[in-house]
Amino acid sequence: MEVAKVENATRVYKTGKVETHALRGVSLTIENGEFTALVGPSGSGKTTLLQLIGCLDQPTSGRVFIKGKEVSKLNRNQRADLRRRELGFIFQFFALIPTLSAYENVEMPLLLAGQSAAERRQRVMELLKAVDLTERAHHRPDQLSGGEQQRVAIARALATNPTIILADEPTANLDTANGKQVMDIMTRLNQETGVTFIFATHDPRVIQYARRVITLRDGMVAENGAQQPHTGD
Amino acid sequence: MIQLFKLALRNLGRNRRRSFFSALALGIGLALLMLMAAFVEGEMGSAIDLAIRLQSGHLQVRAASYDETKGSLKWQDLIENPEQLAAQVAALPQVRVATPRLFASGFVAVRDSSTGVRVWGIDPASPANEPYRQGLLSGEFLKADDRQGILIGLSLADRLKLKPGDTLTLSINTSSGDIVEQPFTVRGIFTTGTASFDRVTVLLPLSKAQTMAQAENHASTIFILLSDKSQADAVAQAIQTPNYKVLTWLEMNELIMQTEEMASGYMVFLYLIVLVITATVTMNALIMAVFERTREIGILAAIGMKGRRIMAMFLAESTLLATGGIILGILLGLLIVGYFTRYGFYIGEFGINTFYIANRIYTKLTVEDTLNLVALSFIITLLAGVYPALMAARMEPVEALRGGE
Ligand SMILES: Nc1ncnc2c1ncn2[C@@H]1O[C@H](COP(=O)(O)OP(=O)(O)O)[C@@H](O)[C@H]1O
Ligand SMILES: [Mg+2]
Repeated sequence: MEVAKVENATRVYKTGKVETHALRGVSLTIENGEFTALVGPSGSGKTTLLQLIGCLDQPTSGRVFIKGKEVSKLNRNQRADLRRRELGFIFQFFALIPTLSAYENVEMPLLLAGQSAAERRQRVMELLKAVDLTERAHHRPDQLSGGEQQRVAIARALATNPTIILADEPTANLDTANGKQVMDIMTRLNQETGVTFIFATHDPRVIQYARRVITLRDGMVAENGAQQPHTGD
Repeated sequence: MIQLFKLALRNLGRNRRRSFFSALALGIGLALLMLMAAFVEGEMGSAIDLAIRLQSGHLQVRAASYDETKGSLKWQDLIENPEQLAAQVAALPQVRVATPRLFASGFVAVRDSSTGVRVWGIDPASPANEPYRQGLLSGEFLKADDRQGILIGLSLADRLKLKPGDTLTLSINTSSGDIVEQPFTVRGIFTTGTASFDRVTVLLPLSKAQTMAQAENHASTIFILLSDKSQADAVAQAIQTPNYKVLTWLEMNELIMQTEEMASGYMVFLYLIVLVITATVTMNALIMAVFERTREIGILAAIGMKGRRIMAMFLAESTLLATGGIILGILLGLLIVGYFTRYGFYIGEFGINTFYIANRIYTKLTVEDTLNLVALSFIITLLAGVYPALMAARMEPVEALRGGE
């Protein structure tokens, strides 16, 4: 099943009189359950493309579909609902709310979804266990290491059982060991839950985790690889 | 809802000093307004009470042609057989005191200095003289048959350096238009706590004043005090006669009532100014918070928080700030107002002949004023929170996310 589809999307940023063509006609399709790397040099448009798929931004021209729904036809609130239901985000900076504990950060999307306290508690504990942070549940972000914070972010992204998780250079600010741990967890979750991952990176060690690699160059798709089956390690 | 306030409380806790000071600004503003309201209430309340006690009473009966500003002593402008009329009025159940008084103008001379005064002939035995009798500082009160004695106010005594036992020369205009002059002995010195009264008023026994002004068996007015001032109209109806007019304290103190109304108008204006200033402080603190938390707003939007909820989050913060500020304000305000209600506020010798202001004002805070001020400051602070909250709610998630990078 197609979970995301980008049709001939362009994105032009205007800063004053300068126009930057971040994307110049990108088309691609993402199937359910993919574990796909978006690679390319810095400035090639990876972040911009993730933001379009993530309904955080709109293309200048072209269309984006999430599970067959055209995003540009939705209003602000409907896009917020779509993000909450279908999409999870992991950012390069560890995007947690500093006043909330690990537990409460993971709980936030469930709160927004209107789940009951009992449902939330069960789900949060399950998620923290999945990212191996049960013991750190009541720590604030500033009491957690970078790797731990990124794992909390993964748990939060996964909370509402989204269809797609978008990760923008999730390991860029981590050392090798923590980067590996984060990629291992993402791989495991992809295999166990079937959630689709699209992650941007230019780190070869991260690229090797991917089962499909899409290469961007100058805002265009330079190489569009095919999906490889699970390696079964 | 609970989560919203929990979150808001933690967010305020992130910059405790800023939150505290913006709540304090509101608190100080509110306390200041409570003090102002209590001061005006105390001042106005005392202005009316003073005017009633010292000057107008609750009712006065006068000759139909009597003109207060001219103070005529012609017989047709006076009340004949005033004692009899006063006794009739005093017999009414609502009436506490009714006593005749004669007003004349004159001046007092001692050695080489002299000053204009109003001469009041009073019945020394009447309880209506309580303000002067109680305010007697030295010497003794007048007696009805005293033919040489006079009572003078403190300010006048100070000015002319007089003490009990000293003599002065009093001249007054008589009913025939002549001026008569006679030496008097100062029997006592009184104060009403109101310099503008004490400076100009001298008291004589009624019968002496009548003889001197050639107005025997006549009075300018019957001065009436009731047990309840709201009965004034009813009693006025009851004692209406064709030759005389009956004036109520409301009619006689129109100026004070008008001033009071005007003052409350000004007060609302002042309230708004003070509250707009404190609201600006709150608004500033919230705008700073929105800017500082731009990226967080982006994250929340990314995980699906809608604009409405982001707005509610910031409104919850201003609600908490307002609540905190108001609690601080009430505590501070009660403390300050409590002090001035007890010890008063010395404003000095102030006021004019037609508008008495006590030298010391005791603040008086009403529940109504307090509730109005609390509601007003709450609403204005909440309104101040709307703009920052809208700013946060309208941020585009991408822009917000980039904002923190
Ligand atoms: N908000 C923006 N305003 C102007 N230019 C932008 C903005 N965001 C990205 N760009 C430009 O668009 C191009 C693509 O950026 P980006 O998608 O961030 O690439 P990548 O993530 O691959 O590094 C770059 O040239 C970048 O400078
Ligand atoms: Mg990027």
